[in-house]
Amino acid sequence: MSDQLDHIVLPEGSIEKQTTTLNLGPTHPATHGVFQNILELDGERIMKATSTVGYIHRAFEKIAERRNLYQITPLTDRLNYCSSPINNMGWHITCEKLLNVSIPKRVDYLRVIIMELARISDHLICNSIVGVDSGAYSGFLYLMQYRELIYEIYEEVCGSRLTTNIGRIGGFERNFTNTAFEKLEKFLAEYPKQLKEFENLFTRNRIFMERTIGCGPISAARALNYGFTGPNLRAAGVDYDVRVHTPYSSYQDFDFKIPVGKTGDCYDRFLVRNEEMWESINIIKQAWQKVQEFKGAEAEVFHADTPAYYLPPKKDVYTKMEALIYHFKIIMGEVDMPVGEVYSSVEGANGELGFYLISDGGRTPYRLHFRRPCFIYYQAYPELTKGGMLSDAVITMSSLNLIAGELDA
Amino acid sequence: MALTNEIIKQKLTDKFAGQLSDWTEPYGMLTFTAPKEINLKVLQYLFDEEELRFQFLTDLQAVHYPQNKGAELAVVYHLHNLVDNIRIRFKVFTDINKPDVFSATALYQSANFMERETYDFYGINFIGHPNLIRILNVDEMDYFPMRKEYPLEDQTRIDKDDEMFGRGGAAGFGMDATVAEGTISEAQKTNHQNEI
Repeated sequence: MSDQLDHIVLPEGSIEKQTTTLNLGPTHPATHGVFQNILELDGERIMKATSTVGYIHRAFEKIAERRNLYQITPLTDRLNYCSSPINNMGWHITCEKLLNVSIPKRVDYLRVIIMELARISDHLICNSIVGVDSGAYSGFLYLMQYRELIYEIYEEVCGSRLTTNIGRIGGFERNFTNTAFEKLEKFLAEYPKQLKEFENLFTRNRIFMERTIGCGPISAARALNYGFTGPNLRAAGVDYDVRVHTPYSSYQDFDFKIPVGKTGDCYDRFLVRNEEMWESINIIKQAWQKVQEFKGAEAEVFHADTPAYYLPPKKDVYTKMEALIYHFKIIMGEVDMPVGEVYSSVEGANGELGFYLISDGGRTPYRLHFRRPCFIYYQAYPELTKGGMLSDAVITMSSLNLIAGELDA
Repeated sequence: MALTNEIIKQKLTDKFAGQLSDWTEPYGMLTFTAPKEINLKVLQYLFDEEELRFQFLTDLQAVHYPQNKGAELAVVYHLHNLVDNIRIRFKVFTDINKPDVFSATALYQSANFMERETYDFYGINFIGHPNLIRILNVDEMDYFPMRKEYPLEDQTRIDKDDEMFGRGGAAGFGMDATVAEGTISEAQKTNHQNEI
């Protein structure tokens, strides 16, 4: 038999080949989005991963070149759709920087509340999905209902839930209602208990620890070289956070810690995200406290005084000449922007979300580039998974918090 | 002593005497232009120099300026010194007919996808890039869609004139106005007649 085998010439790609090629994605239940990875497997070990991205590319940067500033906000919703309010605020802050608009403190604090809620909703999805991918479904069910409470707050503020288009250049479209604040208080009262329960389920769970410790690790130096930002970089031990390094929206008024990890593996990323949720709750409490301290006329402020960019309320449009003029100027996009180039960034839920805006004095951006954090750190994926098991690659992907919408712009 | 824009500018002008130009500080970020032949030398110097340590590549992308004859495409680097927390931006300009720029992938792993994206949309040929292929668009695409000669809207529509956006038609983008008129206005006329 054995001497016969020597004469058989196997065709390329037959089962006798040393490695197996496996397509993980583009639509695979474990990838949580449209990603394709072509894996070379030796048994169950990954020898090589080749990533293909761009399946849901929607040419936002090109579209933005023909849109007025306020029309670009809905595009930013669709980047990281797990935390759209942060993208919206980041865009408003960029525009305000270009237009030199100064924002009242109360608006800043309200924005902080919304942004931190968005961060919580993003982290809770990511962490509970890490649980699902490692075989623990119940954590997901515990936390998911609290995203609903967050979405109800968005709904009360801006009317929509997932792709929020929240706020305007200069502030919010309307003042927060009492119901919104009641819902916020309800969330603050209920969520910490549930998060504690979630942590009890996972943090010291032997199976979960065995599954995630040492899985997809990266050193601090490699992470920086790969352009990691956000929780993934902090899990590797670098305390870089845009909220502290370049404070925007009055983050300097708040007292909070930046949790850091050590090894940059899935377990550290999980812990950092959990810890950040606690910090976010803490920030929201402080912001809510500060918002309550405004009295009288100050408590009614919800936007800056920028009539040329802030859409006037409908009641005024029908009764006041000024408001009518500005309404038409803004809607028809007849407001010229100042010439300039701006880079502004916010701490998105998965990293530094930057906007590079060049204005040539027209009514639309001359060039707009989104620095999308997960597009940049996704390149490390082949290195993170190399030599690991196939099932580890799935956990690594979910713990990196890759969002297809942001990856592909 | 904290690192400031003045110190960075001083060190760079000392090192690259006279080669760097267009020093500006829009919204506080130091911005300058370097000749494309020395882009890697500038990056390497900024990376290695004891005081500067710009070791984090925040962003890399291109811009198209059709009016800027002979230097139509600009590659823009955003660098961040995480220790002193200061950012700078620098640009290299290149001819659109020979868009060769040296790749920064040897210095920054993160430049890999960013340069592929820039190539994909602007056609900048990064010399030394390990895998310079399209990333977000389909492989079969044979043009570079973010260049200004490809207008977004359907050019047969007359209600979507660039004038509405404060630029006065295709000429506003520095395109050859006669060509644009010749091709567009015919189509516009027929379209307009159909509408009537």
